Amino acid sequence: MTAVLELSNITKRFGALTANEDVSLSLAQGEILALLGENGAGKTTLMNILFGHYEADEGEVRVFGETLPPGKPRAAIAAGVGMVHQHFTLAGNLTVLENVMLGSEPMGRLRSDKATARKKLMAISERFGLPVDPDSKVSRLSVGERQRIEILKALYRDARILILDEPTAVLARPEAERLFETLRGMTKDGLSLIFISHKLHEVMAASDRVAVLRGGRMVAERKTALTSPAELAELMVGRRVDRPVREDQSIGAPVLVADQVTVMDDGDTKLDEVSFTVHAGEILGIVGVSGNGQGALGALLSGLMHPSAGTLTLDGVDAGQLGPRGLIKAGAARVPEDRHAEGAVGEMTVWENAVLERLRSAEFSKSGFVRQSAARAHAADLIKRFDVRGASPDTRIRLLSGGNMQKLILGRCLATGPRFLIANQPTRGLDEGAIAAVHAELLAARAEGAAILLISEELEEAVQLSDRIQAIVKGRLSQPIMAGEADSRKLGLMMAGVWEDSDAA
Amino acid sequence: MRLERRETVPLALVATAPLVAIFAALVLAAGLIGAAGVNPLSAYAEMLRGALGSRLSITEMLTRATPLILTGLAAAVAFRARLWNIGGEGQFYVGALVTAWVGHSLGLPGPIGIAVLMVCGMAAGALLLAGPAFLRLRFGVDEVVTTLLLNFIVILFVGLMIEGPLRDPLAFGWPQSVPVDGDYRLPDLVPRTRLHIGLLFAIAAAGVVWLVLTRTVFGVETRAAGLNARAAAFAGISLPRTIMGVALVSGALAGLAGAVEVMGVTGGVTTTMSPGFGYAGIVVAMLAALHPAGVVTAAIFVATVFVGADAMSRATGVPSFIADVIVALSLLTMLVALLFTNYRLRR
Repeated sequence: MTAVLELSNITKRFGALTANEDVSLSLAQGEILALLGENGAGKTTLMNILFGHYEADEGEVRVFGETLPPGKPRAAIAAGVGMVHQHFTLAGNLTVLENVMLGSEPMGRLRSDKATARKKLMAISERFGLPVDPDSKVSRLSVGERQRIEILKALYRDARILILDEPTAVLARPEAERLFETLRGMTKDGLSLIFISHKLHEVMAASDRVAVLRGGRMVAERKTALTSPAELAELMVGRRVDRPVREDQSIGAPVLVADQVTVMDDGDTKLDEVSFTVHAGEILGIVGVSGNGQGALGALLSGLMHPSAGTLTLDGVDAGQLGPRGLIKAGAARVPEDRHAEGAVGEMTVWENAVLERLRSAEFSKSGFVRQSAARAHAADLIKRFDVRGASPDTRIRLLSGGNMQKLILGRCLATGPRFLIANQPTRGLDEGAIAAVHAELLAARAEGAAILLISEELEEAVQLSDRIQAIVKGRLSQPIMAGEADSRKLGLMMAGVWEDSDAA
Repeated sequence: MRLERRETVPLALVATAPLVAIFAALVLAAGLIGAAGVNPLSAYAEMLRGALGSRLSITEMLTRATPLILTGLAAAVAFRARLWNIGGEGQFYVGALVTAWVGHSLGLPGPIGIAVLMVCGMAAGALLLAGPAFLRLRFGVDEVVTTLLLNFIVILFVGLMIEGPLRDPLAFGWPQSVPVDGDYRLPDLVPRTRLHIGLLFAIAAAGVVWLVLTRTVFGVETRAAGLNARAAAFAGISLPRTIMGVALVSGALAGLAGAVEVMGVTGGVTTTMSPGFGYAGIVVAMLAALHPAGVVTAAIFVATVFVGADAMSRATGVPSFIADVIVALSLLTMLVALLFTNYRLRR
């Protein structure tokens, strides 16, 4: 087979950081190549070089035998490379057709030729089995449909090589399976595909060949048929990492109880009469496709949103109106979904971040003045107890890696021995080593008797850690099932909202 | 070419940024001085001599720096919390007006009266900024617009008052308010000059502001709210309370500048008593990178330009408006310099 795409000896540095080092890669006609690696392994950087968003310091990119001029996305598009970004780049207030046409017409033209564009779009849609309504507004579409538009956008520009960055990050499993079927069909039409992923099961299911990046280097290439998930995991991480295992233990009294709680935001119902109970010494897992109300549930339990109907109690006391500091006083601890946006003030020091939530407590302030030595000592203690590397109390927290920042935030939560912990996507974006550390801390808190609510989009994680699991779909919660009874088919159905039908039956 | 964020910002870079910015502003202004037909180097030499060349000129310069320190602190405190207070000029004037009004017939002994008048000026400035802060918090009204426009309203109001109820009958028709009682004039710091003890108050204010910002719960919460409002809210810091607190402190500092200027220099209020102290305070705060200690230094620089430009104008004939040009240019160059302290250029 001939190579349609060749990257040779690509090196890219950002300051002192080498994001890619001497990476070579080729893609054959009609092939699906998975680019596997942990966060920070350099996958996205490599694809951005290929697409011309970045210029490589060394090395070159050849498409259909022609060398691409570096740093020119337009040249990449003209050569037939299309990219579907992880975060969609669609204009919500325009129609599907307008979005597809956007940027592919010369700026100076006064009238755009919609009729021709529509014909071309519909032809592509039919040929590749990607049905769309060209006149519906993008803001009204689901994420799966939006992704389809992104793919159509690339195909409309005559892409022969398609790069998909973490295409399943926002999809439910059935949707993801459908996507890979579609992609498979596209290769029959002569398209060649690279998809970026850190999920082993989909790499195994959907690719012909796997390239593994670690620490910016290409560490291995395997034919998918000749490798195993275990081998890939070890190649990706560079060593064996075992996640801690949940031990059975008896469950205590109810700690946090939500009864028919509804949360409204700007007139939208974000949570719709949800009920759940978290007991002492229990982890309750909430699974679901992103954007189904996890954000509102996290905000509710963090004290940032309040119930407009129903009751939320912590140890039997109403907790719905407490707000962050009131909740903390009542024994709650919170790990936010986005540690950079909510969990920490990047430009402030580790010690300031360590005590920010409890700045007004007698422990860390006295008559309006911060007790700096107490705060620094507390931070030093957290760093030691929770194995936060590369930090002293006076380091700016922005300089910590994601894993170490998360360990500090988790430490800030657990140091006080909380009654209740909300952990919202606690391992998102972390590498295997850090994930194992976070899991160990959560399980240790559970063993100490904390009631933990875990919101996760990683099914594997939810099943491993949780005692019971509920699914969240469009702001509604399913009935809980025991983690032992959860298989991927059952969870897939729950996450697709099928439980409501079975309730009715 | 692209901008890349620096992982760490070396302290040396932070410290040299204002110097580079000032140098660049002077180079740019040199073009204008040259266009006026004067050798820029000799013009700048005149400027330095005019501001720092004699004991008298130094005291004049420090007299001018006093309100600038206070308005600079006002801007720095507000900007740290991302409250864009452009209304320092208006707050300066209400502080001055209330001080003159209350101080004209206040029946208290000197030192106590001075303290009361300072509090009055601070309260006036604080209240003036509380309005826009409330509108922003309650209705999302952009405070840049409201504080800026309030400046003109306040100055026109001052004009109204000194033509009417507060007119000084002994000023021979000169539009000037009644003066504060002689007991409340601030004592001279250097005899037979205009320099008054208000300078010490201003420097003390810088110290207090520094202490509050770095050592108190309020200061840390303010910084958190300014740097990452979402994370601050997550940590349970009430943003409305923080913003309102910052507004009161910032407005009070600018109002204090007006009070001190009236008690220390002018006695009464005129609509021309400020050569833009409020606006120049913004430049001072930026040149200081919003640091209270830097504010004192930056205020001295801006005062040097203001005072020196008058002398230069007399000696060389270059219009003294060049002072405004230099101060404005140094704001622009400082903004560019700040960009390059936080980012580096890469190709």
